Amino acid sequence: MQVFWAMFKRDWVLAFRQNAEFLQPVLFCLLVVTMFPLGIGPSPQTLQKVGPGIIWVAALLASLLALEKLFKQDFLDGSLEQLILTPYPLPLLALAKITVHWVVSALPLLLLSPILALFLNLTWDMYWALLFTLLLGTPLMSLIGAIAVALTAGLNKGGTLLGLLLLPVYIPLLIFATATVESASLNLPYLAQLAIIAAMLLLALALAPFAVAHAIKVSQN
Amino acid sequence: MWKWLHPYAKTEATYQLCGRLYPWFLFFAVALLIGGTFWGLVFAPADYQQGDSFRIIYIHVPTAMLSMSTYAAMAILGFIGLVWQIRTCYMGVAAIAPVGAIMTFIALFTGAAWGKPMWGTWWVWDARLTSELILLFLYLGIIALYGAFDDKIQGGKAASVMSIVGVVNLPIIHYSVKWWNTLHQGATITKFEQPSIAASMLWPLLINILGFALLVAAFTCKRLQNEILTREMRRPWVQSMLLKEETGNAV
Repeated sequence: MQVFWAMFKRDWVLAFRQNAEFLQPVLFCLLVVTMFPLGIGPSPQTLQKVGPGIIWVAALLASLLALEKLFKQDFLDGSLEQLILTPYPLPLLALAKITVHWVVSALPLLLLSPILALFLNLTWDMYWALLFTLLLGTPLMSLIGAIAVALTAGLNKGGTLLGLLLLPVYIPLLIFATATVESASLNLPYLAQLAIIAAMLLLALALAPFAVAHAIKVSQN
Repeated sequence: MWKWLHPYAKTEATYQLCGRLYPWFLFFAVALLIGGTFWGLVFAPADYQQGDSFRIIYIHVPTAMLSMSTYAAMAILGFIGLVWQIRTCYMGVAAIAPVGAIMTFIALFTGAAWGKPMWGTWWVWDARLTSELILLFLYLGIIALYGAFDDKIQGGKAASVMSIVGVVNLPIIHYSVKWWNTLHQGATITKFEQPSIAASMLWPLLINILGFALLVAAFTCKRLQNEILTREMRRPWVQSMLLKEETGNAV
């Protein structure tokens, strides 16, 4: 546990020392959401209908953008290699890195979500459902995404490849998340869909750190 | 079993095995596919509801089933490769992926062609169609990932990890018609229950499923051989084999 916190603190400090970068994905998300009312017309009914989907797709794209940097720096300066050599369990260290990444890149998005909901004319019920799905869904994205990021860490052209690898895997999450908000908009119970997302999150939490640890070893060859 | 499988961790043994199996697989695949398709398209009775257009089932169902089982095979190979560190398995993953992608594409294409007369539309965002499309993207992603690495052993490992991650999609495809009650019809053949298809229609379908399975096996053998050759070009056994072939041809 101590190791976890040490790793957490290191990455946390690093994230804030390079503070220009970590807000970029959130701003990107905000910009993408702003584009849609301009593109499909500002009618409140239309926006309410497509809003949750837009927010979620924007969040997925922003998470791709943010994930790219997860292991890059450490890979380039060799500290990732040092992490493998430490006697501490690599999955735990990977989990610490992913946690920091989530706090730094996804939490701002959650804080921003009222503005997104306001932009897209979501009702109060829909907003709560959206917040819950984001709360459960964004750590899931970070966990699964970290596997692919660790695999492509050694590649120069990782960016587009990452999208190609990850977006298909994200689609089930997208389907359940938007179904949750859809149910909320019709005043139906949406606990079942949330429970499925929570189940996916727990499964990922149990397995993904090991997959990430293995992927790091693969990328270090 | 282990003793029997163990020699194939060596690429040379695998190369020889694939070379021996390939003509048999291909011969029976072609024979079965010609027989099954001919039987299905000409002799099988027309469907009471869908008329003659149901006959596309003889291409659509086998390729759809194989698109999934090929993916499963790839993930299992990847898993074996990662656990026991066997190089041949990584090559197998790389060899299977494009074959599976083609099967998925054929399944999607014939599905669209079947959907037009039956549902009145080429494409709907139905659960099974969407998950099958995701499967195609997964295949393409894995092929791209493998291609992105200069070091092919590393690329093979990466592709293996990614194919295992993608396995979650398989149960989603399989149960999508049960979980979401959408446009796509339910399963026609099941193992344990009485199939809801007449025997005269079922037999050519089964023959074609076997035919396509053997076709996939044949293509995989050939691709695996190529993969082994290109990767082990500088190995003595490849060079001596090629040399022997050359002199054999000269005589």
